[in-house]
This record gives sequence, C-alpha cells and structure tokens, in this order.
Amino acid sequence: MDFIKIKNILTSRIGSECIVDEELNALQPALIIHPDFLLAVCKELKENRETWFDFLSCLSGIDYGVNEGFGVVYHLSSIPYKTQLTLKVKLENLRDGSVLPSVDSVSTVWRTADWHEREAYDLLGIFFNGHPDLRRILLPDDWAGYPLRKDYQDAESYHGISIN
Amino acid sequence: MNITDTQAALKAYEKRMSALGPEEMIINIGPQHPSTHGVLRLEVISDGEIVKEVIPHMGYLHRCFEKHAESMNYGKTIPFTDRMDYLASMNNSHAFVMGVERMLGLDKEIPKRIEYIRVLVCELNRIASHLIAIGTYGIDIGAFTPFMWCFRDREHIMNMLEWASGSRMLYNYIWVGGLFYDLPVGFEERCKEFVDYFKPKLVELNELLTNNQIFISRTANIGALPLEVAINYGCSGPMLRASGLKWDLRRVDEYSVYPEIDFEIPIGKGEMGKKGDCWDRYKVRVDEVVESIKIIEQCLERLQKELKRTPDFDPRGIVPKKVSPKAQDYYVRAENPKGELGFYFITDGKLDIPKRVKARGPSFNNLSVLPELSKNILIADLIAILGSIDIVLGEVDR
Repeated sequence: MDFIKIKNILTSRIGSECIVDEELNALQPALIIHPDFLLAVCKELKENRETWFDFLSCLSGIDYGVNEGFGVVYHLSSIPYKTQLTLKVKLENLRDGSVLPSVDSVSTVWRTADWHEREAYDLLGIFFNGHPDLRRILLPDDWAGYPLRKDYQDAESYHGISIN
Repeated sequence: MNITDTQAALKAYEKRMSALGPEEMIINIGPQHPSTHGVLRLEVISDGEIVKEVIPHMGYLHRCFEKHAESMNYGKTIPFTDRMDYLASMNNSHAFVMGVERMLGLDKEIPKRIEYIRVLVCELNRIASHLIAIGTYGIDIGAFTPFMWCFRDREHIMNMLEWASGSRMLYNYIWVGGLFYDLPVGFEERCKEFVDYFKPKLVELNELLTNNQIFISRTANIGALPLEVAINYGCSGPMLRASGLKWDLRRVDEYSVYPEIDFEIPIGKGEMGKKGDCWDRYKVRVDEVVESIKIIEQCLERLQKELKRTPDFDPRGIVPKKVSPKAQDYYVRAENPKGELGFYFITDGKLDIPKRVKARGPSFNNLSVLPELSKNILIADLIAILGSIDIVLGEVDR
C-alpha cells in the first residue's frame, strides 16, 4: 500500500479537507491531518482492510518552538502489510497555562494511545478530548507546569526540596 | 481547554479510591517490592484474594531522558540510552545510533566488520537480558536455583562485554558511525568458548525450570493474552510473539546485517495451556536465547574468516567529528530483547543538538496491558503475570 493510495482512500472516504498538507520528500513520508478529522482518519486507517494500520508504534507530543506551537505525531504500522505511515497534527500555540492545546484522543482506536497521551499531557500539556483517564503519568499529580515545553522554567522548590 | 477540566480525571480517580465497596480493599504492591522488578507501584483493589482492578503508578525512576536529549549532542546522549533499559544497553544504543546514521545518510557506509560486531554484542546482551528475565521470573514464582544459575551464566557475558567496552553494564560501545574500539584480541575465541560452555547449561535450565511441573502449574493458563488485545495495546517483542504472531523487527525491517543471518522466530504455541499465557511468554524467551546463540555463532564465523581484524582497520574511521543532520524528522525502530524500541528525532539542521527526541520503550507499552490482563485473578497470579511481562523500570519511566 503506497502513500498516494492511502491518500486517495482518505480523500474519497472522509473528504479532501481532512488532509491539510503532506511531506513527500522526507525519509518517512507524512500526512498532515486537520485536527477535527483526526479521529475519523485514524478509525478509517485502522478498520479499512486496504490500509489496516492495526499497530500504533509511537505517539509523540511535540513543542515546535515558542512561536510555532504544538503538534502530535502518530507513527502507525501495519502488521499484515508491513508498512508504516506517519500522521501529524498541528495544534494552536496556547502557552499561558489556563487553556491547553487540545486534540481528540485516539485511545478508542488503539489502546496504546492511552498511556502515550497521558505522557504527552504530562510533559507537554496537550489535552486529549475524550481520553478515559487523563492524569499525569510520570510526574507527581501536583507538579506545576509541563517540562518538555520550550518555555518551561524550573520551579524554585517542590515540597520544600529546592530544585537545582 | 479550561484548566479545571484537566483536574477531572484526577478527581474521578480520587473519588474511586475513597468510595470503595464494603468488600473491597486497597493493597499497595511496591514501589519497593522485589516482585515489581524495580520501582513500580501497583495499587490493587481487591476482594479478598481476588484482584478487581490494578492501577499502576510509574515515574519513580523518571530521569528526564527526553529533556536531556534535547539539550546535548547525539554522542553525549548515547550513554543515557544505555541507562534506559539497563539490562540491554547495547541494543538501546544500537537503535539510537541507527537512527542518527540514517539521518546523516551514513547507514550504507558502515563497514561490514563493524556491523557484525554490533550484532554480536547486541545478541550477547539479548541473552544476558533474557537470562535476567528467566531467572527473576523463577524467583517470582518461588524457584530460587534458576536465578543463581542464570546469574552465573550472565556474569560470563558481562565479563566479555566489559573486556570489549570497559564497563560491565553501561557500555557506550556503539558510536555514531563506528565503535568505541575494535574487539580485543582473543575475544572471538573466548566467545566461542562461552557458547560451547553455555549450550549444555541451557539444557539443564530446561530440565530444571521449563518442564518443571510446579512451574507449569503456576504459569500455564495464567494471564492468557489474546493476539488482538496484544496488538491493540502495542505489545511487542516476546509478549506479542507469545500470543502467536511471527513479528520480529529484525526480519520485518531487515536492518543491520540480520538479512544475512539465519535464525528462526520462536512463537507461543500454547503447549502447556492457552496460547499467550505466562508459560508461553517464558518459553519464547528461552527459545530466543537459543536463536541468539545461533546468530552469535554465525557472527563469530564471519568475524574470524572473511571479516578478520586487520592492522589498518579503524572502528572510528568514519565517526563524524560533528553530528548535525539536516532538518528532518525520523522514527527509527529496532528489536530490543523486550520488544520494539523506537526513537523519534526532530532536527532543525542548524545545531548538533536534536530539537526533540521521543523514546518509545517496549516495557512502557507492554506494561500498559497489565490492568487489562489482571481482572478477577488471584493476587499470586498478578505477580506471575507481572513477572512474565519482563519490564525494566528504567525504560518505563525513562
């Protein structure tokens, strides 16, 4: 199943507006998906027997830079066809902490996403709508801030223990 | 999304914990319990002996791998990858280095001798990692002797790798574009001696543990993991193969020199009970040790014949002085002893420091299936299931 075919399936089944952009010349070609269609795209890619991406290898939350905003990258892999695909979602640059950038959770499609999304929420402050249990996973529940953000500042202390 | 909504899941969790039914109670297993293989805390809601729900709590060993990796150059990150899955350091750095080399476009230029040495040390490390898994699993179930036997044999591997790299567990041996040093003179011969010594020991181990009736009754039919659940939860490595799927990235991706090497992919067959139970997961690891020995023998043969060490061979010959790949992103995956280890790099092309490195640890994903596997089972079986997953907390928490 090559890249163009996958693209055609998505545009015919979901609509051409679901694909915002594509990266064809990269080492691993990627599709940039509109956040509103992400869940539908993922469901289609998993359930359609022509694409059959049944394995979510990796889900990474990304902070592209203070002026560029956030993103989530999905690395899918198909066990029956032995193919790989990269999906990317670009999210708003919301940094003040009161409002988090958000995208739909794909944990209903692949359960792998459950813990990976918790990790992205924990370290980057990306909110996943419809996630069953979006608590911090690696850091303590009362940690302030999101350490992998590019503008993260260390707190002075944590429970009386000075940092640095 | 409003900040108050982010607290909703935490509140729901606290409510669940404070509103237990009359017959329910909470048992904390870990973080200091030996059967959790590290600092993992399991919050178990149980009804007497029956486990109703398991809530794993991680992060006790969180050492900010990703934050560190985006503040230092690639060469300096390699020692940190060793500390992720500290039982299989060679495999970790091999995956990391492969990704960087692919981004640099160096991957086709690596001399064959270097590739074979890499595969050799990775497979030695795979055996060491599986020996830990097998030995500590015996101890979880109540068998003490296999643990001592496995550690005795593992120590030979540790000594050999120490001879090659200078360090017992955390090697920093595989570098971007080459190796730290060539193998020491006499390494191949000593490795051959080890293989000859180790083969009969494996037969003994099978007699002692694999076909032991007590061991079988404790592990067969326990924690059977159906294949579709394993795939859905992102399980990989022996965990996925025990459920009956031939899925090994060494064959799927055909990276390094694995296509030139002949070996089988062992899978779980449900010999003692249901397919994908704890015994199958254990047996896949034992069989993989046998396959790794085959790989080591083939590597040794090539390294002693057509790829012999020559005086002018320099393992650092094409090691780049400065590693700064052009702007791109790349996801590399490799077969670790525990499963699919992935690194996702984003580079901006200006600095020799990556913009983002995300590590996908196999233990992290394999552990996530534990709450699903441990519903309405006995507490003793929970320990058996956890041991059969074979997690390393250094990699779960990173």
